Amino acid sequence: MLARLTRELEALLGPGAVLARAEDLILYEYDGSVEKARPDVVVFPRSTEEVSRIVRLANRYNAPIVGRGAGTGLSGGALARSGGVMLVFARMDRILEVDYENLRAVVQPGVVNFDLTRAVEHAGLYYAPDPSSQKACTIGGNVSENAGGPHTLAYGVTTNHVTGLEVVLTDGEIVRVGGKSGDALGYDLTGLLVGSEGTLALVTEITVRLSRKPEAVKTLLAVFESVDDATETVVEITARAITPAACEMMDGWTLAAIEEYVHAGFPRDSGAVLLIEVEGIVEAVAAQAEAVTEVCRQHQAREVRVARDARESELLWKGRKNAFGAMGRLAPSNYVLDGVIPRSRLPQTLRHITALGRENGFRIGNIFHAGDGNLHPIILYDPRDAAEFERAVRTANEILRYCVELGGALTGEHGVGMEKNELMPLLFSEADLELMRRVRDAFNPAGRLNPGKVFPTGKGCGEVRMKAQAEGAPPL
Amino acid sequence: MNAPGSSVLARLEAIAGAEHVLAQPGAREACAVDGVAPAAVVRPASPEQVAEVVRFAAAEKLAVVPVGGRSKLGIGGPPQRYDLALDLTRLDQIAHYDPGDLTLSVDAGMPLARLAEKLAAHGQFVPLGAPWFQSATVGGTIASGVDSPLRQFYGTARDFVIGAEFVTGAGALAKSGGRVVKNVTGYDLHKLLIGSLGTLAVLTRVNFRTFPLPALSRGFVAAFATAQGALELRRRIAASPLTPVTLEILSPECARLFAANRPGSLAAPLAAPGAWFHGEQWQVCAGFEGSEAVVARYARDLTRLAGEAGAAGVQIFDEDAQPPVWTRLREGLPLLLEASPAAAIFKLSLLPGQFAAVFEALRAAAERHALACALLARGCGAVYFALLPERNDAAALARLAAAAATIFEIAAAGGGHAALLFCPAALKRSVSVWGPPRAEFALLPRVKSAFDPAGILAPGRFAGGV
Repeated sequence: MLARLTRELEALLGPGAVLARAEDLILYEYDGSVEKARPDVVVFPRSTEEVSRIVRLANRYNAPIVGRGAGTGLSGGALARSGGVMLVFARMDRILEVDYENLRAVVQPGVVNFDLTRAVEHAGLYYAPDPSSQKACTIGGNVSENAGGPHTLAYGVTTNHVTGLEVVLTDGEIVRVGGKSGDALGYDLTGLLVGSEGTLALVTEITVRLSRKPEAVKTLLAVFESVDDATETVVEITARAITPAACEMMDGWTLAAIEEYVHAGFPRDSGAVLLIEVEGIVEAVAAQAEAVTEVCRQHQAREVRVARDARESELLWKGRKNAFGAMGRLAPSNYVLDGVIPRSRLPQTLRHITALGRENGFRIGNIFHAGDGNLHPIILYDPRDAAEFERAVRTANEILRYCVELGGALTGEHGVGMEKNELMPLLFSEADLELMRRVRDAFNPAGRLNPGKVFPTGKGCGEVRMKAQAEGAPPL
Repeated sequence: MNAPGSSVLARLEAIAGAEHVLAQPGAREACAVDGVAPAAVVRPASPEQVAEVVRFAAAEKLAVVPVGGRSKLGIGGPPQRYDLALDLTRLDQIAHYDPGDLTLSVDAGMPLARLAEKLAAHGQFVPLGAPWFQSATVGGTIASGVDSPLRQFYGTARDFVIGAEFVTGAGALAKSGGRVVKNVTGYDLHKLLIGSLGTLAVLTRVNFRTFPLPALSRGFVAAFATAQGALELRRRIAASPLTPVTLEILSPECARLFAANRPGSLAAPLAAPGAWFHGEQWQVCAGFEGSEAVVARYARDLTRLAGEAGAAGVQIFDEDAQPPVWTRLREGLPLLLEASPAAAIFKLSLLPGQFAAVFEALRAAAERHALACALLARGCGAVYFALLPERNDAAALARLAAAAATIFEIAAAGGGHAALLFCPAALKRSVSVWGPPRAEFALLPRVKSAFDPAGILAPGRFAGGV
């Protein structure tokens, strides 16, 4: 059956566009998450029409269908949980159109996020959503997960920058929703599809807004003796409604590890730092930088440093964006969480996370988007120690439970995927989930598009994840 | 439902209380949609009561239209059936407000004006500078999908609505999103409800991110002899580092309407227009905010850019002149609507690069059909084009119908789309307000049946006949 499907796919796509040998498939059985699942066959479509034909073919075999960009996702969204056909969009990587006058670009899903910015920066433009993986991740993947990034504090996440999509439905039909203008005619299907984690349709073309680079940018590094001082500063920056373009927090312990790795000029002996960026016209930036500095000083910042030039600023950001890689120096593996809380609750939440870590025998790092309350606690663990891994997952779930208790959410930008699907009932009632299921079924009636994601399967998540781990998930 | 059975009324009274079920003609007429009045009006006191009414309606196959301030019931296709008006104005409280987090959860029946007052006490606001501001509710504003001049900077509701609670057509209480500013947990179902005209669910509560009120707020009006000059200024502003909060372009006819001091039927009278609008010229209005230094920079740069674009005159206005100018821009739709007994107002969604060609084509279409017109465009791409016949008679309707076909074509030729937002009910017999069918309309019934399997919520009012 599988051999026949593979042969038909090869006939459809020609040579070099289908992988089905075990040694090839293992490259596609993991992403940036702690999960693991192997597809039965991987295909590399070059056009929307090919995607449509692949879908029709897979339907004849009742095979699950999963889309994948660069595989940098952190919630298992691009894993073939039930096997089947994986469509990798790496060869649909063309920027189809740039409309400089109207600030739009039309791209294929395999375009790397940062490549779009590089293609338009000569005209003073850029693509605003900037996930940490932006030099590798694709815009198609960003659309599926509704990816964020540090600068989404001021400019919004992926959904705020996508005005139209071309998608292939589960019956193979090609449909366009939205368009170049920002307004939907009919229900906002673009808004529904962005962030639907590949469970409603396969995205084959994306129309995005481009942004104009600001006239002035100031990057500030505020150094604090304690995490509390840093979080109280964020609370006050928010309450005073100073809206920086980005406001990131890094705790001193993890920062020291990052500095070892990137040599960005971060202090090695701080309690925590805030990396804050203000942007806009010169006059506004000057006033904002002053206001931010004042708040930092009021909360005992021992130093507020303004990056002297673009190079120094880039170095600080490089440190921030490579932070999770640097964590590899501290432990064989790490588990990056992604909870959200009301920003007024930051100090108590960070204290609670520290306490939860201590109770469970972990030192938890915190490198996160403080300005929008999007936490990324990092639990360091050894994947060879099954009991420790189980404890890490339990701790993670307790942290997320606490976020929800405070009026927060389970995920701010990484997606639910197969990481948090069993936790969905913490946030949503059976009626909420039932309605979401009905919407999924309206697009994906047979459930073969990215199965096992977003919705609870009824199994405990620890159980599911332990199974993946037992099968030998590699350390990250 | 021509005459409600006494058993139906009794059931509704059991749910909402006898004094909150209205069956007298005056109350029913007040909720009429395109001349069709419901058999009864129900005013539930809680989301639970809303759910109970909808469950009852679903069981009895009664068609329900949710209503708030009733200012925008004219938007949409004529209802196929209409039995019950579900009046949400008793749900009018702030459920949760965390000024320190800049997040808000508010009942659907809260009037925009009252909400603005409450938030202003904390130095904040929600950027819904929407028309009919004095009478419109939060729920009606979101469900009708109207935009506001503030979208130039703050975006539309889809950019700052962070969650919602609602009752589905099956009478289930459900929600999506949440109360935090960044959240990708589950499907963004609330985005579907924006502009859905009550056809998917009855909004009971909407969650917003709030924004700080600016330190200073100023404005700018530049006059031009031609549309080209006005568009050149728009282009220059877009290419500059400036990010004004509003950027509106008025045709001379629109400026003339704004300059007239018509009391109109608006819930609140407008301040005298002063000398800000001039009926012989195209005008560009921009609002800008910030510190003393920031607003000074805007005034300086905008004046220079206007000069470079060939402006005939430039005026900067301060807080004192803000109300007459700002309220007219905000209330542009009702002002256009009141300018004719048979006004037809189209909303074209376009890219600004198409403005020059589209403006010309629109004006030519109006002239060809011997119709007066007025145009109000938002710098980010929404164009409101009003056809303003002098009389509401068969001849006028025929000319409107012919012009409508042309206007839908103009929008499509400009790479965008159009909808006929407001027009005489009779025109809807010959013109589909959503324009010619589009491929994506085929998906709308799927979404509809997921939310409203019995098809009882505002049937027929939405695009594609949903």
